[in-house]
Parts: sequence; C-alpha cells; structure tokens
Amino acid sequence: MSDEQKTDAQAAPERTPTFAEMTAQKVRERFPEEVVDASEFRGDWTITVRKGRIREVLTFLRDDPALAYNFLVDVTAVDYVGYMQSDPPARFGVIYNLCSYRQTGHRGRVRVRALVPEREAVVASAAPVWKGALWPEREVYDMFGIRFEGHPDLRRLLMPVNFEDYPLRKDYPLRGKGERDVIAPEDPGFVNIQDVIQLRDSSHA
Amino acid sequence: MPETAPQVDTLGSEHMTLNLGPQHPATHGTLRLVLEMDGERIVNCVPDIGYLHTGFEKLGEHMNYNQYIVVTDRMNYLSPLANNIGYAIAVEKLLGVEVPKRAQYIRVILCELSRIADHLVWLGTHALDIGAFTVFLYGFEQRERLYNLFEAVTGARLTTSYTRVGGVMHDVPTDFVEMVTAFTAQFPKTYADLDALLTRNRIWIDRTKGIGVISAEDAIAWSFTGPCLRGSGVERDIRKAEPYSSYEDFDFDVPVGSKGDVYDRYLVRMEEMLQSIKVVDQAVRNLPEGPVKVDDPKLILPEKSETYTKMESLIHHFEIIMDRHGICPPAGEVYSCTESPNGELGWYIVSDGTGRPWRVRVRPPCFMNYQAFPEMVKGLMVSDVVAVLGSINVIAGELDR
Repeated sequence: MSDEQKTDAQAAPERTPTFAEMTAQKVRERFPEEVVDASEFRGDWTITVRKGRIREVLTFLRDDPALAYNFLVDVTAVDYVGYMQSDPPARFGVIYNLCSYRQTGHRGRVRVRALVPEREAVVASAAPVWKGALWPEREVYDMFGIRFEGHPDLRRLLMPVNFEDYPLRKDYPLRGKGERDVIAPEDPGFVNIQDVIQLRDSSHA
Repeated sequence: MPETAPQVDTLGSEHMTLNLGPQHPATHGTLRLVLEMDGERIVNCVPDIGYLHTGFEKLGEHMNYNQYIVVTDRMNYLSPLANNIGYAIAVEKLLGVEVPKRAQYIRVILCELSRIADHLVWLGTHALDIGAFTVFLYGFEQRERLYNLFEAVTGARLTTSYTRVGGVMHDVPTDFVEMVTAFTAQFPKTYADLDALLTRNRIWIDRTKGIGVISAEDAIAWSFTGPCLRGSGVERDIRKAEPYSSYEDFDFDVPVGSKGDVYDRYLVRMEEMLQSIKVVDQAVRNLPEGPVKVDDPKLILPEKSETYTKMESLIHHFEIIMDRHGICPPAGEVYSCTESPNGELGWYIVSDGTGRPWRVRVRPPCFMNYQAFPEMVKGLMVSDVVAVLGSINVIAGELDR
C-alpha cells in the first residue's frame, strides 16, 4: 500500500465519521473475523473481506436500516498477481461497488473487495441479493474464470462458448498467437509473476 | 451448468423458437435474441451478446492514460464526448487534480449536446423500428447540425477524443458561443415537431403504453440507471446527486416517469433534451475565461512552439510521451461515474503507480439495463420486442466493449 492510502485506524477521529467510515465500522463490528482491511483513497472507501461469508456481508449492507445500500452498481474483478501482498494470500479480488440511494452525494458509495485465491476461485453469487449481479458475474466468470456459487446461469457472456481461456487474467497476452501464447506454468493453478512481467513487457499496445 | 449456446427445447411442446439477430435492422449493432414463442406471445427470451466484444478493458492495461481516450470514443459511439469526459474525470480523480473552470464548463456544454445527439438517434431509430419514418429524418437533420459543431470543436465528427487528462485538447473556436446559441435557438422548433408527431399519436401510444413495464423496486434491483430508471419513477440523476464538472452551477430539472413502460421512458428522454438545452444555454452565457488545462507540465504536453525552442519543454514533452514514463498516478483505485445519456457510466481504475493502468473497468449503463430484458418482454407480442429493445437504447459497442 502506498503513502496515499491510509487505513481507518490512522484517520483523524475528531470530526464526525462519514457515512462510508460508519459503514466500515459497522461491517467490522458485525463481521470481525471477515474484514481484512478498510481503507480510503481519494474519498473512496474499500472494505476488503475474506470471501467465505461475502453474501452475508452484502446482505447485511443492503438490509441494515442505517446503511441501506440498496443499489448494486457493479461487480467486477481484478487480477492482483504481483500487485499486492494480502493476508490471506489472494490472486484475485472480486469488487462490488455499492451505492445507497438514501444518501446524497458521493458519500453513499462504498466498495467491497472479496479476496479470492487462485487455487480456489469460487465465490458465493450476489445474484440472490441483487438481480443486477447476474450479468456482471457472468462477465467476471468469462474474463477471469472465477466461479460464482449459486448463480442460476453461469455461462460465458462475451466470449464464444467454446473459448477456453480467461482473457483478462494477467497471464493472457494482449497480442500474439492468442491462447497459444498463454503461459503454461509447471504447477497448474499457480502463475509465476516473472512470466507475467515478461509477457507484459513483450506485448505493447 | 454445461457451456452450450442458448437453446430452447422445442421437443414435445407447441412452442416455436425464433431467432432474432445478430443481424437485424432493429438490433442497432449486433446482438441476438432467442425467443421461445407460443404463437405470437413470448414465453421466454435468451439474449446472446458479445458479437462486438473488442477487449477494451484488456487494451486499457496496455496503454497509457491519454492513449486510452481514443478507445473510449468507440464505446458508446452515439455520444463519444460523454465517454471521453467521463474517463478523463476518473483519471483526474485518481491523480487528485481539478481542471480549470472553463474546461469544466466546456465539458458540460459538450456533454449535454452529446446527450441531445444521443437521444435524437435513439428517438429516430426507436420510432423507425415502430414504423414512424419522419421522426428519423427530423432527428438526424438536427444531429447533423450538432456533428458539424463537434467537428468545429474537436476536428472529428464521431471519434472526437477531445479530452485530455487534466483538461481538454485545445480551447474551443472563437465563434463557439455563437454556434451553440444558434443551435439551441432553433432546436425547440424541431423538438415541437417531434413532439407533435409522436406524443399524442394514437399509433405511438398503442405501441408503447403499458409495454415493457418495470417497477421502481425491480429497476433498482436490476441495477437500472439513467432514463430507464427514471422512467420507472426513481428520481436519481448523478448530475444532481453527485455533481461533477460544475453541474451544481446549473439549474435544471430531472424528469421522472411513473409507470416504467416504453412510453414513460420516451417521455423522460424527450424532456431530458429540453433540460439539456437549458443547461447549455446557462453554460454558454456564463462561460468563464481562462485556461482549459491544468497548469502542470507533468500532466499536460507543452505547446509545440515551446517544445521546439525551450529545453524544459522538450524534456517535459519527452517525459510524457516516452514509454514507461508519462502520467504516473499514485498506486490506488478509484471509482468515478458520470451521467451519460444512457445512465451511470462508471470507471473503476486501478493504478500500480506506473504509466499504465493496472486495470480499467467500464461500467456500461446499457449492459446493466439490458440484462432485465427477458423479464420485460415475457408475455408480450413479438413486435413489442423491438419497441422494448429500442426503449432501453442498447448500444452494442458499449454493451460488449
């Protein structure tokens, strides 16, 4: 984490906490075991959680009367290979951007990040909580190969049905022979960061 | 679940499977619908998308922050300026800079004019699909005027690429205000014609009222934004709720519908055009003087004349252009959104501190709106599919990215 990011512990406690800070606080209180980190950057709050009880966390955010994050803005994922060290170690983060219509201004937004390890890329689907998660989760599955448990229709969305790879993973090349250039690690299920860096440097836009 | 193409089992039933698209005049781009029909009624509908998938998000990881603006043109190609501006605002949030007031006002004017251009194409093609040809011609005549204006400002009609991180490419031409006021002065007349052609037209009402209804609760649950959400009666507009680019300076109304049918979405978009004219008039009247870019040589390319004559400018030019240099925001992640003509256009950008983003995610508004499509057309006639599809305004470039 860079200097620009500060954890909530360092945030000055004198002023009244913002809505997002209150959200982070409440999620921490409710799920002390699950929350790994809650940090702010440029006014955006990110609550990082373990993936185990993610659906409960999201349901809590939606149903808690004081929070009422009724609107799922987006579900997406990031391949963090070589980007950050996290505890528990995780290659992917599934990102839920939430918004509370009760609040005005940017204050009503928060981001939840579920840490997903490479070897066990399965997360509980948010589709039972918000119907709007159906297609974004299919897209994440399509692009990253992260499976969503409890999703009613988990098929590829944008890529052809017979496509085998996951294009937005960092070990998938931008250019070249396409899937034939995909790094084939010796240990399937674990990608070497050096290979990824080499691949990135060789495929410029 | 096995990965197979969407198919509807037709054995042992009276239902018929009808394939609509991917090449169909009413699909506006390439998208496919597999309809399960009971006679003329739709029992089930499976959308199949991805025909225009271009890997824009992957491309973003391999381009520097300014190069990607060119890619944003190609997303919602009916209002490329709105995409340019939304993306530039997101990167500026990542960098923590604020662009000068004049640039903000220029962005507002161009955003609102793109909204009108987008809504005009939407209206023209939507009416054309339902059978009203004249609206299309009237609408495109006005859009032509707007495109001439965009060409005068940006040098391009469609692929505008007008914004830069930290401002806009260059200042507007000297006769910009006259051009804009000339447009806004004559637009209401055409608007009245369009309104007269459709709003109380018996056939139009028959084809649109009570069709494709989605309730306010469902619209929120399905992550609807923009005119589709407001058509269902939810008053939510990011320009009002989370003002960006000086939108708080302008006085305008947010129209909302009540029933959430195709007709309400039509009314909302029509009224939005008038409100956009109102915003544009206020913005050109109060257009501030001053620079259109932030004063930071680490972000903004120096003038060409200075690059050729001054050592520092040459170095700055070099630093911004060279691979592995350029604009390097601090490591972190931001989500920024703007009210694009279709709804909430969001940008989730993860930076690792280098000159290229680690991840660029676009939250396309029509992607979210379109996923509820099967829900909206169930039980309707096959001809209503085209009406509902038009009312969502699916832009395949933005849908598939």
